Amino acid sequence: MSADSPPLDPIFGRLTLDAFPIHEPILVATFAVVVLAGLSVAGALTYFRLWVPLWRDWITTVDHKRIGIMYIVLALIMLLRGFADAVMMRLQQAMAFNGSDGYLPAHHFDQIFTAHGVIMIFFVATPLIVGVMNFVIPLQIGARDVSFPYLNNLGFWLTAVAAILVNVSLFVGEFSQAGWVGEPPLSGLDASPGVGVDYYLWALQISGAGTLIGGINLLATIIKMRAPGMSFMRMPIFCWTSLCVNALIVLSFPFLTISITLLTLDRLIGTHFFTTDLGGNPMAYVNLVWVWGHPEVYILILPALGVFSEVVPVLCGKRLFGYTSMVYATVSITVIGFVVWLHHFFTMGSGASVNGFFGLMTALIAIPTGVKVYNWLFTMYRGRVRMETPMVWTVAFMFTFLLGGLSGVLCSIPALDFQLHNSLVLVAHFHNVAIGAIVFAMMAAIDFWFPKAFGFRLDPFWGRLSAYFWTGGFFVAFMPLYIAGVMGTTRRTRVFDDPSLQIWFIIAAIGSLLIFIGVLCFLIQIYVSIRNREALRDVTGDAWGNGRTLEWSTSSPPPDYNFAFTPVAHDVDAWANMKDHGYSRPLDGFNAVHMPRNTSVGIIVSVLTLIFSFAIVWYMWLVAAVSFGLMVLVSIGHTFNYNRSFHIPADQVARTEGERTRLLAQQG
Amino acid sequence: MSHPPSCCGPVNRVRLVFTPEPTRNLVLRYLSRLLGYKSTRCFIVTFPFIERTVLKPHRIIALLPLVAILSACNAVVLHPSGDVAVQQRDLLLYAIELMSIVIVPVAFLTALFAWHYRASNTKARYEPHWHHSTKLEVVIWGVPVIIIGFLGVATWTTAHTLDPYHPITRIAPGQPVPPGTKPLKVEVVALDWKWLFIYPELGIATVNDLAAPVNQPIEFRITSSRVQNSFMIPAMAGQIYAMVGMETELHAVINQPGDYKGYSSRFSGAGFSGMHFVFHGMNNSDFDKWVADARASGAALDSASYLQLAVPSENEPVHRYASVDPQLYGKILDMCVEPGKMCLSTMRALDLKKGNGLCQPHVASN
Repeated sequence: MSADSPPLDPIFGRLTLDAFPIHEPILVATFAVVVLAGLSVAGALTYFRLWVPLWRDWITTVDHKRIGIMYIVLALIMLLRGFADAVMMRLQQAMAFNGSDGYLPAHHFDQIFTAHGVIMIFFVATPLIVGVMNFVIPLQIGARDVSFPYLNNLGFWLTAVAAILVNVSLFVGEFSQAGWVGEPPLSGLDASPGVGVDYYLWALQISGAGTLIGGINLLATIIKMRAPGMSFMRMPIFCWTSLCVNALIVLSFPFLTISITLLTLDRLIGTHFFTTDLGGNPMAYVNLVWVWGHPEVYILILPALGVFSEVVPVLCGKRLFGYTSMVYATVSITVIGFVVWLHHFFTMGSGASVNGFFGLMTALIAIPTGVKVYNWLFTMYRGRVRMETPMVWTVAFMFTFLLGGLSGVLCSIPALDFQLHNSLVLVAHFHNVAIGAIVFAMMAAIDFWFPKAFGFRLDPFWGRLSAYFWTGGFFVAFMPLYIAGVMGTTRRTRVFDDPSLQIWFIIAAIGSLLIFIGVLCFLIQIYVSIRNREALRDVTGDAWGNGRTLEWSTSSPPPDYNFAFTPVAHDVDAWANMKDHGYSRPLDGFNAVHMPRNTSVGIIVSVLTLIFSFAIVWYMWLVAAVSFGLMVLVSIGHTFNYNRSFHIPADQVARTEGERTRLLAQQG
Repeated sequence: MSHPPSCCGPVNRVRLVFTPEPTRNLVLRYLSRLLGYKSTRCFIVTFPFIERTVLKPHRIIALLPLVAILSACNAVVLHPSGDVAVQQRDLLLYAIELMSIVIVPVAFLTALFAWHYRASNTKARYEPHWHHSTKLEVVIWGVPVIIIGFLGVATWTTAHTLDPYHPITRIAPGQPVPPGTKPLKVEVVALDWKWLFIYPELGIATVNDLAAPVNQPIEFRITSSRVQNSFMIPAMAGQIYAMVGMETELHAVINQPGDYKGYSSRFSGAGFSGMHFVFHGMNNSDFDKWVADARASGAALDSASYLQLAVPSENEPVHRYASVDPQLYGKILDMCVEPGKMCLSTMRALDLKKGNGLCQPHVASN
């Protein structure tokens, strides 16, 4: 704010009617659709009298399974938004040739690619992995919930309100146009005076806080709440990758918090951390943000690799090959992942030895990563490979990952990065990994653990079809970008002057259409599976027939308390070991189970955070001060609540388990 | 490496003999022997690929359809025209070949295992409890270590030899820079959203138009006016950042006359897409004529006209300046072209002296 600007309205700040984009037909139509969808959901909830169950069983829940499912639902909704952005970019880039300006002006296009990156990383990939970890980890380690159930609820709602804040920017004001890492000076007040970057910064700040809270929680859960006998070297590989990921979250997210806080201060109160005037340095932001940003890459990829390490043994009917190797590989990736961040800006010109060091460190990561691929490969060897949907995703992943690894190592060689950096080769590379590893893994995870969450399997036909379209679509959409990249095309270009490139962008647009069909197949798969749920029902709890880890030992869906008796692990793959030794399920002697109580504080604090962040984006100082004060008061007030747990009575546990015994007997 | 520099040179030809049945049996037999602890030839799967790659390095490329397609299109990174970019291209192909030693067999084995050990093939061996083999572990750690070892040597060496700050030592393979050659100096300023090129020794400047004589080393000094950019000419040497208040260097040479595309490769705002220029590689006589044309334009670039030029504009046409204020580039770098603005260097000097006493508490209260 410059000194001569007029005084701001204390309630509305800089928010005026001009902030509502009523002159943009795309946005008005989108808004109408969102409102209609919102109204119909609200109507349905009222009609079916679901408001109370929604509040009681979901919004205020502290059950890790329900929170995990909510994370995944949030991620899938945001996937649709992020994907719509991707399709719009593909259309613009396919059209904008031969003097045509395309259909998106720069103001709109630049917001779209920024929003696409932010949404896909922070509100699709992150909630997906956090959701899957939340759902699976306590079940895999034989625990009844996470270490800090209230924080789990709070972490989810903070992520959710951050996602809402991003979507609010669609209809009130604008979003950032400075790219998904928001590098200054472009994101500074001088080059981006509007509210876009502020929306971006606060959305990241809040979701970052949510992720950090979740990370601390899961880290504590894995370290402290493992079942008796489950030493670290008997933990399922997914738990190992999650342990490493949450350690990475706890170590790296503070860097994000710090860097965007300093940038916020630059914009809000006129400090000069990242302006070149008055002694700041924008490259300090780039360094700081990538100290978070590169571990973030592994935060997203390691759980994906963990999922495959669970899927492959179960669907190959075989113990995982090289468990110890897998653990060492995971831990080495975690450690080395912290000393490679500079490879995101070799082109800054740090000097040959600095670049060489970071290049070597990056190349080193390829070793443990390669080992993992071999381990899956030799798990398939002499197995019985069942091409169920999760396994289709896995095999597709193994091919795309080889290619993604190859292009990644190419970009990591400094001398080559001077050619490849910021080119479409880079864009193709990280989509190769983001889609080919993270999305494929999460789709596999959803398919794999869906029967555990809901008691029936997902329809295999539509699932496979979805996998085929995603895989095919991925290759059609991104191989042309590799080609356009070596033809010398840079990312984030809105209009092209070289007509020979157009064909590749048209092919890429067709690829995005194929992926869209893949997304549709997935939605149809959910619908068809719910309709045919009785035919797809699994009452055994071991939906794939040869589950190996503890989550398959309990019912599907698991009871609120997960396990009536805490299981004891005697080997890697505890459940397979129990089955081998003729384990029989105890039928009596149940005790009362101590459980955490639901709380509405998470949603209240998060809504106040949403109001606070919206207010501060628009400089509504009064509203910001009041909502911040309330937020602090509610948080402190909650610490005086000592009534946080209750016991599920023994007879209720006995009833629940008796019902399961009956169903199992019925099935024969 | 002898890849044709021309656009549509011969594709690397390879005769691919694919006989699925015998190959599969062969591989499976070797693996069975190995894993049945009867054989120590654990490297047998990968060895043929190593042998083939080491002896005939170009063959394996043909396994990558991508490279095959690219040989036929206008792929500037694979068919560059400057010696630095040629070395980068060679490094790229070397790295792809090296990694293919692992990637191709693994891809092949993935498909093979997924097919051969399918659940319906009850004739395939099934060993549900087999999960460890020390020999195999040695291979799966050893092979990547060896390959990354080779790649690491190349990474480290080329990080130095192809560092943009490293002065050019050769014009082309086997053709060192003649002693006493002075590089052509060009000062580059990224503006919103166009490129300003200043030739300090020739006293001329251009906007969105860059030229250099072929086979003469060029020394670029690069900065930016308001936001970050990246100065990129893929046919010559790739890119380096253009940063506000900071200077980067790029040393390069262009070997063939021609018009090459140059652009910013780091997003810089609304006019980014139009921020490109043509880089002309020219014979000496053509270059002299190009310089004379600029001198004939009559316009002068000083602080005032620079500030006019620096006002953000999109799709800026080419223009030229016959003369340049010799202090201008220094002032741009020092961020004090605007009259009365304190230079960065002055500010740093003051900071070093603790603000000349300005920062002491008793003065700060003023």
